[in-house]
Amino acid sequence: MSGVQTNIKAKAHVYGDHIDTDRIIPGKYTKTLDLSTLANHVLEDLDPNFKKIVQQGDILVAGINFGCGSSREQAPLALKQAGISVIIARDFARIFFRNAINIGIPVLEITDHNIQKGAELDVNLKTGIVKDLSTGITYKATKLPDIMIDILNEGGLVNYLTKHGNYSL
Amino acid sequence: MGQTISEKIISNHVGKKVYAGELVVSKVDAAMASDTTAPLTIKAFHEMGGKKVFNPNKCAFIIDHAAPSPNERIANLHKMMRDFAKEQGMRLFEIGEGICHQVMVENQYVKPGDIFIGADSHTPTYGALNAFACGVGSTDLAATMMTGKIWLKVPQTIKINCTGKLQAGVTAKDLILFLVGKVTVSGATYQAIEFCGEAFEGLSLASRMTIANMSSEMGAKTGIVHPKGLQLDYDFNPIAPDEDAKYVKTFNFDVSGLEPQVSAPESPDNVHNISNYEGTKINYAFIGTCCNGRLEDLDIAAKILKGKKIHPDVRMIIAPASQRVLLDAMNSGTMNTLIEAGASLITSGCGPCVGTHQGVPADGEVVISAANRNFRGRMGNPNSNIYLGAPSTVAASALDGHITNPKKYLV
Repeated sequence: MSGVQTNIKAKAHVYGDHIDTDRIIPGKYTKTLDLSTLANHVLEDLDPNFKKIVQQGDILVAGINFGCGSSREQAPLALKQAGISVIIARDFARIFFRNAINIGIPVLEITDHNIQKGAELDVNLKTGIVKDLSTGITYKATKLPDIMIDILNEGGLVNYLTKHGNYSL
Repeated sequence: MGQTISEKIISNHVGKKVYAGELVVSKVDAAMASDTTAPLTIKAFHEMGGKKVFNPNKCAFIIDHAAPSPNERIANLHKMMRDFAKEQGMRLFEIGEGICHQVMVENQYVKPGDIFIGADSHTPTYGALNAFACGVGSTDLAATMMTGKIWLKVPQTIKINCTGKLQAGVTAKDLILFLVGKVTVSGATYQAIEFCGEAFEGLSLASRMTIANMSSEMGAKTGIVHPKGLQLDYDFNPIAPDEDAKYVKTFNFDVSGLEPQVSAPESPDNVHNISNYEGTKINYAFIGTCCNGRLEDLDIAAKILKGKKIHPDVRMIIAPASQRVLLDAMNSGTMNTLIEAGASLITSGCGPCVGTHQGVPADGEVVISAANRNFRGRMGNPNSNIYLGAPSTVAASALDGHITNPKKYLV
């Protein structure tokens, strides 16, 4: 594990179903390479308070189809830059899912979670076990395909390809 | 064992028979990025040690999302794209040449049976051409441009079979809105869609592009229209599914009685018969985008607007899908008709649909749009509301000042 921490204990910011990429980062702010601009506008049309309260290492939790809509990699980048260390959802839109892993932000699919606002979570990325310390409930995330685990273990696709030069299954 | 269209195309690219669920590293025929995704692609390409793109004739950049540049920050990102394209010897489609998906099809970067990877979520549009086309983000695209490959899980396929012919005054956009409403925005996540049946067989390439385009609005990895009835101006080998191909789900609809459809705020699957929203006052009408900015879309709007003026309380914006579409619409008189009716023509590109510039709605305003997304804030203002409909519905509504069933002007 070069780029990713395996154990994360942090506060959860919980949102609902179908959070689209326009709500994660509006299109008008995406045309930039300045990551702090992205973080300054992250989730602003969904929860203007989020960027004021988010702390480095916090966890984002959502319902189904998180990250639907555009292919903008700026969406997971904005969340990462704002301090989010891992994203948990009942399921993810496919491009967002790949993008998050490619930039080295772990995404865990837990189809039956019932994590509530303000919960304190203990996440083990190696086992995919998530403990909700507020309720005592333990969840297990769906296993990622091996290639995604390899990419994540390198801290993202840039590091993976720098090391391997090509894909290997 | 029988194969779906996606399984056949991927098998042809990996040199062995593969089926849903298998992980593969596949070669890619062509790749592109727009000005929303290319700058991060270039950054990642350099960071991962990229020197040369895998084939400069098969990689393209398109400046369409903020074209022409609205400010110096974006102007500098466009310059970064031009510099990279020149250095690599690959083509950059300049401002006004058109929307990425339209110019990729017009310039034959993608053909039937291809695997195409695009850094834009509406890349499945090329499913109209019987190709396997996936949207990805910038870093994935950088990796494809460097290696000529992508890793994929061969998707399961949902079959959508539509029997019956669409009534006069009902278009491919109404059909795909209806299907998005039924399948829902997450109903095809991680999966491929195959569109088949009589309702698709008579459709033009442009209409097939409208259909495949909105596969993204069901979460699909790709959406491929059955090649039966597909007509192109070059020879090709159609790829049809085997009769015993395995589908994860099959939908059957008789669409012969379908009415014009409207998607209400603020999700593309919030779809209803137009009668539910007729009379809703509108401020702004928009025809364009990768979904509905082609010649047949402008033609049907012109048919409705010919010799008339749009409602005084409505402004109307037209963004042709490409320069070629614009020239054809000028040559046929369609563009004159639209402008004489009061429409405003803007540069070919994504413009208003992505909320960067060229027509952001005001607080409390209502938009009727021929685009494919109506998420809150999509057009640049979270305090506006966007209804999606066919170009015919947009034109009829622009005339009346409120959402109107276009059939009264067409039938």
